[in-house]
Amino acid sequence: MLRYIARRLVFAIPTLLAVSIIAFIIIQLPPGDYLTTLMADWASQGGAVEAGTVAAMRERYGLDQPMYFQYYKWMAGILLHGDFGISFELGKPVTELIWSRLGFSLMLSLLTLCFVWAVAIPIGILSAVRQYSISDYVATFLAFFFLAVPDFLMALGAMYVMSVWFGQSVGGLFSPEYVDAGWSFGKLLDLANHVWLPVIVIGLGSLAALVRIMRANLLDELSKPYVTTARAKGMSEFELLIRYPVRLALNPLISTLGWILPAVISGEIIVSVVMSLPTTGPLLLRALLAQDMYLAGSLILLISVLTIIGTLISDILLAMTDPRIRLT
Amino acid sequence: MTNITQLPPATETDIDLRDQTIAVAGQWRLFWLKFKKHRIALVSLVVICCMYLIAAFADFIAPLDPNATNARFTYAPPQGLSLLHEGSFMPHVDQLKMTLNTESMRREFQADPAKPLAVGFFVPAKPYAMLGFIPMQTKLFGLVNARPGDSLYVMGADRLGRDIFSRVVHGARISLSIGLVGVLMSLVLGVTIGGISGFFGGWVDLGIQRVIELLRSIPTIPLWMGLAAAIPVGWPPLRTYFVITLIVSLLGWTNLAREVRGKFLSLRGEDFVTAARLDGMSEIGIIFHHLVPSFMSHIIATVTLAIPTMILAETALSFLGVGLQPPIISWGVLLQEAQNIRAVAQAPWLLFTPAAAIVIAVLSLNFLGDGLRDAADPYESV
Amino acid sequence: MSMSNDTILKVDDLQTSFKTRTGTFKAVDGVSFELKRGKTLCVVGESGSGKSVTARSILQIVDKPGTIEGGSIVLTRQDGSQVDLARLNPRGEEIRSVRGREIAMIFQEPMSSLSPVHRIGEQIGEALRIHFGTPKAERRERVLDLLRQVEIPRPETAIDRYTFEFSGGMRQRVMIAMALACNPQILIADEPTTALDVTTQAEILDLIKRLQQSHGMSVLFITHDMGVVAEIADEVLVMYRGRVMEHGTVDEVFHAPKDDYTKRLIGSVVRLERKAEIRLKRAEIEADAAPLLEVRNMSLTFPSGLKAVDDVSLTVRPGETLGIVGESGSGKTTMGRCLLRIYDPQMGEINYRRADGTVIDMRTADKPQLKELRREVRMIFQDPVGSLSPRKTVAQIIAEPLKLAGMRGKELDERVAELMQQVGLEPAWRERYPHAFSGGQRQRIGIARAISVKPRLIIADEATSALDVSLRSQVLDLMMKLQDEMGLSYVFISHDMSVIRYMCDRVAVMYRGKLVEAGETDQVVNRPTHDYTKALLSAIPHPDPRDRRIQNRFRYVAPSASVNG
Repeated sequence: MLRYIARRLVFAIPTLLAVSIIAFIIIQLPPGDYLTTLMADWASQGGAVEAGTVAAMRERYGLDQPMYFQYYKWMAGILLHGDFGISFELGKPVTELIWSRLGFSLMLSLLTLCFVWAVAIPIGILSAVRQYSISDYVATFLAFFFLAVPDFLMALGAMYVMSVWFGQSVGGLFSPEYVDAGWSFGKLLDLANHVWLPVIVIGLGSLAALVRIMRANLLDELSKPYVTTARAKGMSEFELLIRYPVRLALNPLISTLGWILPAVISGEIIVSVVMSLPTTGPLLLRALLAQDMYLAGSLILLISVLTIIGTLISDILLAMTDPRIRLT
Repeated sequence: MTNITQLPPATETDIDLRDQTIAVAGQWRLFWLKFKKHRIALVSLVVICCMYLIAAFADFIAPLDPNATNARFTYAPPQGLSLLHEGSFMPHVDQLKMTLNTESMRREFQADPAKPLAVGFFVPAKPYAMLGFIPMQTKLFGLVNARPGDSLYVMGADRLGRDIFSRVVHGARISLSIGLVGVLMSLVLGVTIGGISGFFGGWVDLGIQRVIELLRSIPTIPLWMGLAAAIPVGWPPLRTYFVITLIVSLLGWTNLAREVRGKFLSLRGEDFVTAARLDGMSEIGIIFHHLVPSFMSHIIATVTLAIPTMILAETALSFLGVGLQPPIISWGVLLQEAQNIRAVAQAPWLLFTPAAAIVIAVLSLNFLGDGLRDAADPYESV
Repeated sequence: MSMSNDTILKVDDLQTSFKTRTGTFKAVDGVSFELKRGKTLCVVGESGSGKSVTARSILQIVDKPGTIEGGSIVLTRQDGSQVDLARLNPRGEEIRSVRGREIAMIFQEPMSSLSPVHRIGEQIGEALRIHFGTPKAERRERVLDLLRQVEIPRPETAIDRYTFEFSGGMRQRVMIAMALACNPQILIADEPTTALDVTTQAEILDLIKRLQQSHGMSVLFITHDMGVVAEIADEVLVMYRGRVMEHGTVDEVFHAPKDDYTKRLIGSVVRLERKAEIRLKRAEIEADAAPLLEVRNMSLTFPSGLKAVDDVSLTVRPGETLGIVGESGSGKTTMGRCLLRIYDPQMGEINYRRADGTVIDMRTADKPQLKELRREVRMIFQDPVGSLSPRKTVAQIIAEPLKLAGMRGKELDERVAELMQQVGLEPAWRERYPHAFSGGQRQRIGIARAISVKPRLIIADEATSALDVSLRSQVLDLMMKLQDEMGLSYVFISHDMSVIRYMCDRVAVMYRGKLVEAGETDQVVNRPTHDYTKALLSAIPHPDPRDRRIQNRFRYVAPSASVNG
């Protein structure tokens, strides 16, 4: 078991390295750099920039150095000093801007995962056990439908329904009076009041996918001979279902975490933009549009790292629940 | 022992075939027979064909120029099409009467049942070139004898008084074709890379598998956003279109590659492939005579299931403003207009018309892909 | 039949059917029998005879969509009370209290019939928890006791292991321990030894017999193997297509069968008990003829470090059949594939003598040479499904090697038709696809493909293992007919001694990659010299109830290995 975890950890290192390179390439892709954009902006506003200032800034950020050196400098800053660089546009260190937003992103993603799992498993079981019944058809059709609706459309639709039918404005995670308030029970309650809608909106797509997978897995397991063995022991049908086929059908479901997590995080980003939630989504979009490269790169890097850690955890979970992986 | 050994042995019974034609049915015939049983997939196939036909003949089907603005009809609501007028058959829409609500400072439209505007098929229109090269002067439908001030907004109008229906019909061209072109690109990438991985195995395979795992573990939206945001704003629309397609397919090939590799690996161990090798067939011959025909049907199913993800990716990127930009019309671009929830509250058709188009397209493609996948291995149940 | 007081289970006019799209399929059609206290009843039949469905109907655990349509299954308990199991609700409490407690069942595939993610101790003790609510500590003691009864080594550690950590024979012992947990009166064994090697099978049969005696159980034993029936049965029920063809004591059924089907079934088994007549009549093969194939010190080690073929030497003379016999894992299939260079052996020589007398070492032959040689040395595969591409017609499959050899047009068509006739297939079926043929017919297609290019040597790898016993001798007869017509030589690989004895002139015995004994078939079968061969031969069930052998069998313990099974 420990060896397995150790091996997984070692495997994760090149992945993390590759992700950091991809993030760096992305922020280097746009022609020119932030300073060119900045100068163009100033020039269009009629202001002029002294050549000396620009040169000084270039040197400070290492913009005139070769690519690999810039990458090295960026990574060294992150790893050695926890310094992700500076947001040019907002004039603040990236670290100041991202942590709280990253926290909310993480919270939203985790809540969504819990919601998705808690709902998908029972529906999947029901759908499989009552195969070809009305409830199975309804579940199957709804699953297909929600797979077809992109999450941002779902967000828009939800907001439309809330505002036109219930007269409520939707947006943010807190009511205005709590946004800047410190944490209190009231704030938590307010959060709970706001958070359920984005959680459902982000989760529905993955939920639909999981229901389909759970149903297929369970149908597979239900026809396995060990089910007959357990039945021949005199076990009741319900205990049998939970103890054997459901237990085994959960294993492949755990391994889906590897792609559910990226999907949920992707969904979280785009839904946050639509519903203007205080998470990484809107910040990332803004940073990308403004070519605020350190901010955008750091966000992409951190989001990817979180996902990789999540996948790692799912691998370990899988090993814990499945002796075949743990022992061979 | 007795002389029972002298009895003739039992003769082999013919396996009973429900239908003698099955005995001589080849792969594609069995595939079709099995696919046909999947009713929803069959319906979806028809829907998909219709949608692509509409996209191809958008000029002919859309009643109005999708870019024609009309300040009089800002946010005009959909005009319901009715077939009967005062008991007699006459397809028509009611004329819209505009009033200015002085309190909210908004235009309000009212349908006037007393003034029907006749709608006819194959009405004359301004000359245009269908499919870009067939000169035409007729549209599928439109107002008969239209006078200035008459309007035909089947699905309402937007901020600038452009016809949403015509825009959705034209948007289908970009959105649906991005699915096809994108899938084509990822097909080439996926089949090549997956084939190499499965065929060579060993270190090559290991390396490629790691890369695929890596790509799959990165959340797609931020990656797409990052790549798409790097496209210069000043680029011509066609180039933007191709680059966006490329970005979308850059991540889409991994599924295909895995599928191809998996099939390659499992088929390589099959006895009939070994038999072909012993028959003296070359490796290339084995690939094209045995391997490719065996996984062709699986590839078709996987490809069909990949198209909707491409469509959704384009839509999401354009919606966020980092994908295609106006004046290109795509479903995602149309939805940009619906970003403002207050505008949507006032004119819900801005959101729901393109949304319906997307959902129908994606839903049908998913059903179709599901049916194809179920039929992909017709030898399981025969 | 009157219900005597030693009848524990009486099945009367049982009907079990499966509803399909095309109608109702009667899997069990009016089956009646009685199971006596402490006795063994064998239900025997070929695939599709409904024997397994009959067994499952008793506990009402027939897979969907099967349902019991009629008849009665009366169980007499020890206290004399009776219950008709067929009347009980299949999901109800009453039938559940019978399952596992009064009637227990073991299955064919011990691997898939046990959960891979639960420890075996947990799975064995489960029935105790369900039926008696035994507390955990006591349950563990009882499970350890059961593991000892089924002779699993080191029960204290084995109890916490998972199924995949055991060998096939050990898994079946776990299944048996599980079935014994509640001391049932009846044990239903559904082909429990079919997936096992013959020596392991003998051990398991032994174990079941011993436990039956010590527990006073009745056993309902389902099998397709007449040899096993003869070894263990008190009474026999012969089934064919859902119906009972014959029912009687084992001696009656084997020595005075009344029904034609039974006669044929026993006939085809007995035929395989001796050398084929066509071979007895044939003239002796010249012993001093130059060998067609001479393998010297061939070895193959897989990258995993497994020595699959270990220093094997053998010769094949022109016109003879050399049998290679061994159990699973003996390396016989790998060895056969080495001969055709499907695998590349690292050491040794494979000297093949061509028609013109030149000798080529196939191990070092280059690609063009190999292509030539593979037309002279051909292969017949075990799996009649997997070895034919489902996407090609029969004519295309048979024509493929001919086409690659350059034959075209009308000549090709005629040759294909001729080949189909030669192996007993209608040339009119040429446009059919493999899915339209039964197992035996598919194997004929495979044979036609092998002989199409007029080879001189054919490697046949378990060519009849996937077939029912009545078809086996037919395919073997066809192969011998072709051998005489075409002057072929065979290397015939099989785990089944009777098939080897029927057809092979000489036989070589493989064990763990090594060739332990080789010689004339008669000599090896009747006077084996190596201990492993003795053990292997004495473990083979003998299809004559008057001459039961496996209980007095010879056991072989490999010098350096643990007992397997």
